[in-house]
Amino acid sequence: MTLTYLRYELLRTVRNRRFFLFSLGFPLVLFFAIVPPNRHVSDFQGSGIPFPLYYMVGMTAFGTMSAMISCGGRIAAERAVGWNRQLRITPLSPRSYFRVKVITAYMMAALTMLALYAAGASLGVTLSGSQWLKMTGLILLGLVPFAALGVMLGHLLTPDSIGPAMGGGISLLALLGGIWFPLGHHGFLSELAQFIPSYWLAQASHVALGGQPWSSKGWIVMIAWTVGLSALAARAYRRDTGRI
Amino acid sequence: MSIGSLEGSVAPSNEIQLSGLVKSFKGPDGPIRAVRGVNVQIAAGETVALLGPNGAGKSTTIDMLLGLLHPDEGSVSIFGRPPAQAVAAGAIGGMLQTGELLRDLTVGELIAMMASLYPSPLDVEEALELSGVSEISGQRTQKLSGGQTQRVRLAVALVSNPQLLVLDEPTVALDVEGRQAFWTTMRAFAARGKTVLFATHYLEEADAYADRAVLMAHGAIVADGPTTQIRAMVGTRTIRATLPGVEAQELAALPGVNSVDRRGEAVILHCVDSDAAIRALLAAQPHALDIEIAAAGLEQAFLALTGDGPPGGEDSQRSADAFGRSGVDR
Repeated sequence: MTLTYLRYELLRTVRNRRFFLFSLGFPLVLFFAIVPPNRHVSDFQGSGIPFPLYYMVGMTAFGTMSAMISCGGRIAAERAVGWNRQLRITPLSPRSYFRVKVITAYMMAALTMLALYAAGASLGVTLSGSQWLKMTGLILLGLVPFAALGVMLGHLLTPDSIGPAMGGGISLLALLGGIWFPLGHHGFLSELAQFIPSYWLAQASHVALGGQPWSSKGWIVMIAWTVGLSALAARAYRRDTGRI
Repeated sequence: MSIGSLEGSVAPSNEIQLSGLVKSFKGPDGPIRAVRGVNVQIAAGETVALLGPNGAGKSTTIDMLLGLLHPDEGSVSIFGRPPAQAVAAGAIGGMLQTGELLRDLTVGELIAMMASLYPSPLDVEEALELSGVSEISGQRTQKLSGGQTQRVRLAVALVSNPQLLVLDEPTVALDVEGRQAFWTTMRAFAARGKTVLFATHYLEEADAYADRAVLMAHGAIVADGPTTQIRAMVGTRTIRATLPGVEAQELAALPGVNSVDRRGEAVILHCVDSDAAIRALLAAQPHALDIEIAAAGLEQAFLALTGDGPPGGEDSQRSADAFGRSGVDR
């Protein structure tokens, strides 16, 4: 029964063009603005990663983060018009409700990912099949804490405040995560970045170097964010609905 | 589930029971006691109006019935199940007071989406037809008028094909014509053996469309009975006349008169049957002057019933008693 529901939820999301602007249009435009002049740089500022790959993954991280967190925008909008109350008197369980929201967000993220992979390939990104797969797997995993963040914000904020909060938050996460430019291997910013989930999301590009893009520290940081944000999201949901 | 829910499950399964419901909210000047001890039983197949002025606690009561709010005290049982279970089984369809529709879908898509959540929904076409929105089924939900939106929300409630249909002030956004069409739909649906509970502050709606009305004021029930009886109680009229030198007791004995107040030379007769009373009054007191007959509005009637001062538990109780007695006397 949730499949029909999911189908209409996807339909709604696709019809809402604002979404595409942030999670798809913006990263694509930036990619094509930044990369062509530097497409032959093979080691971007000592990161060891070719320029096109660096920005392909960076913009993918940016767009997919937006796609995930924007599920919070849809939750906030439903809350604002009282639709969440209408849903709470249907047999749709909260679990299924969130499952549909997160699956929808992942579908949108996948769309963003495909578009940027195509853009990257068109400007000379070359990876082996297993590297593409591994990178994709890491990005999909790395998006889990952002899904929780989206759900949390959706229950804390209003549709009016969630836009600026998302825009600012994602820009900051992108900056601190080294999505705009490499943060180097030393200094405060580079130390700090290793505790930021967006850093590890962008680190997926390191599949090109061989070895493991995520160190054990990376896994621990991502798991900690996932657990922490999920707990906060659950709390925000309970407080919002008065359920105990 | 709370202990209250377990208690509820002992109830006979063909009834809806609200037992001792109490709910307070935090307010700027201390807690606001929105609902203070509500007991209602509704048999399967009944159509019941929850009648009361704004702020009487109707919506809070309905939210507890639907499981959207946890009562501070008391329990709810819907056909022997706590609200959460009844909701999960798809036994309840609801039309809530506030809210717009989900955006970016057509009316037909929205109803199909909602239908997919229920175990035995109505046919989507049928729900659209019943609610009178077949013609706009291709329109986007964010482009509807207030009346159309309200009818689509009815379709959302109906498509669930519930045992219990709950409507919170369903006709607020409708014009007179829309209101009539709405209630025609409602009656047709109730005739399928459904239980219907609706909140309203229109006495006429309760009178015309419910078997029974439960009157609420200040968070408590002040009367509960067949609508004919309720109308007689609430729909009192007053006759005011200038009539010096006549004993109030003498007037109170006239047919159709419930009680009499004297204000100087004027007398005010509170009547259950003002037609009978005015005939008797003119026959008995032909020199009565300045005669006015006025219908007491629902709000005024409630104020009279519950006292003018700030609501207190005792006041409400006393009013309820007085009210109950006058109902039994007749």
